[in-house]
Amino acid sequence: MLKIVTAVISRDLKLAMRRQADIVSALFFFIIVVSLFPLGIGPEPDLLRKLAPGVLWVAALLATMLSLPRLFADDHRDGTLEQLALSPYPLGLVVTGKVIAHWLVSGLPLALIAPVLGIQFDLSVDALLVLTGAILLGTPALSGIGAIGAALTLGLRGGGVLLSLLVLPLYIPVLIFGAGAVDATVAGLGGEGHLSLLAALTFASLGFAPWATAAALKIALE
Amino acid sequence: MKDRFNLYRFASPATFYPLAGRLIPWFTALAVIFGLAGLWIGMLVAPTDFQQGEGYRIIFIHVPASWMSMFIYLVMAFWAAIGLAFNTRLSGMMAQALAPTGALMAFISLWTGALWGKPMWGAWWVWDARLTSELILLFLYIGYMALTAAIDDVRRADKAGGLMLLVGVVNVPIIYFSVKWWNTLHQGSSINLTKSSMATTMLWGMLLMALCFWMYSIAVALVRARSIMLERERHTDWAKALLTGDEK
Repeated sequence: MLKIVTAVISRDLKLAMRRQADIVSALFFFIIVVSLFPLGIGPEPDLLRKLAPGVLWVAALLATMLSLPRLFADDHRDGTLEQLALSPYPLGLVVTGKVIAHWLVSGLPLALIAPVLGIQFDLSVDALLVLTGAILLGTPALSGIGAIGAALTLGLRGGGVLLSLLVLPLYIPVLIFGAGAVDATVAGLGGEGHLSLLAALTFASLGFAPWATAAALKIALE
Repeated sequence: MKDRFNLYRFASPATFYPLAGRLIPWFTALAVIFGLAGLWIGMLVAPTDFQQGEGYRIIFIHVPASWMSMFIYLVMAFWAAIGLAFNTRLSGMMAQALAPTGALMAFISLWTGALWGKPMWGAWWVWDARLTSELILLFLYIGYMALTAAIDDVRRADKAGGLMLLVGVVNVPIIYFSVKWWNTLHQGSSINLTKSSMATTMLWGMLLMALCFWMYSIAVALVRARSIMLERERHTDWAKALLTGDEK
């Protein structure tokens, strides 16, 4: 059972490595969006410190959205998806592999670059650590929930905009607890509670979302 | 045995279409009667609130609309579950017919809430947990309608929309509690609806208005379901017979 998950992950990673420009452009989208905020708001460190968690998290949500339409679209176009659906393995496991691979190429780079951007917002070392941890913990949930939307909008016209309409409201809990963890750390309350809830959201969505995604894919492939 | 048979018979559009046609006038009439009675009690009979003055009377619209907006989402999810489990055609049509009414109710609830909030709280909008989750509910309705509108194949639209509704229903409590905690963590809840034991007449007015909204929603959903049925079943004999003028 695990073999199919690892096989899908390594296949998707190999494909992603052959088109590194996609990964890099999503990452730069994140960097640019975050950098726009100080330009729009002004350079006061106090204000920026207060805004940083929310700005970084909203930008992370948008950057994840950006790469979601491609999660199934390429495989759908060349027929790979149908072959995967016909394979003897449960489609949910295949989707789990694809979600993990998506996180490795979209969520993980965001978490690695986030502390650097946090320094621009004058965050303390503690807050930077919590920010990185929160993005590491929360982005798998974004990939998981986003996969449902990507599967539902597979092959539709205007799929990208539709995808954000469907998925962004469902991202709200991740945004709240992710930004809340950093906020609580900055306020000296400790972000452990938020981080625990974030981890709970991630495990719940990684457990349930692939099966909902598999059902959506079967509807799309009918 | 016969009753069971009769109930399932109406799962087919051909039999449900005339039934809906016969039911619509009844629900419309009930909506008008309950509405007039509720408005009469709410606007004329119910006493003026000693704290909020006359402005509180908007709750006779606001509260029923909020209830309906939440309830309709549950009903849609119920139809979605039935549709996905039993593969019935009518379920998806009912879910689609209900969606605009649910979105309208969520919008009315937000709109009247803003009208009430301005004189009472001094602000059109506050980021209160209830307001925020009602707004997110409106987003969920819009997402559902956008998804079903974007899919040309109606069977796929029903199923994909149904799945979206079920995912939404699972998420609604999570969203509600996260927003609630977010609100209490950010600032002490500055707003308290001082529900000083509501007078019985007010309660009656609100119940009657809730019944009115209920009947209205059913009537409008049935009208919409009828037109969806005609549109989708236009290739069938019964729909052709109807459209060419053999109307009963």
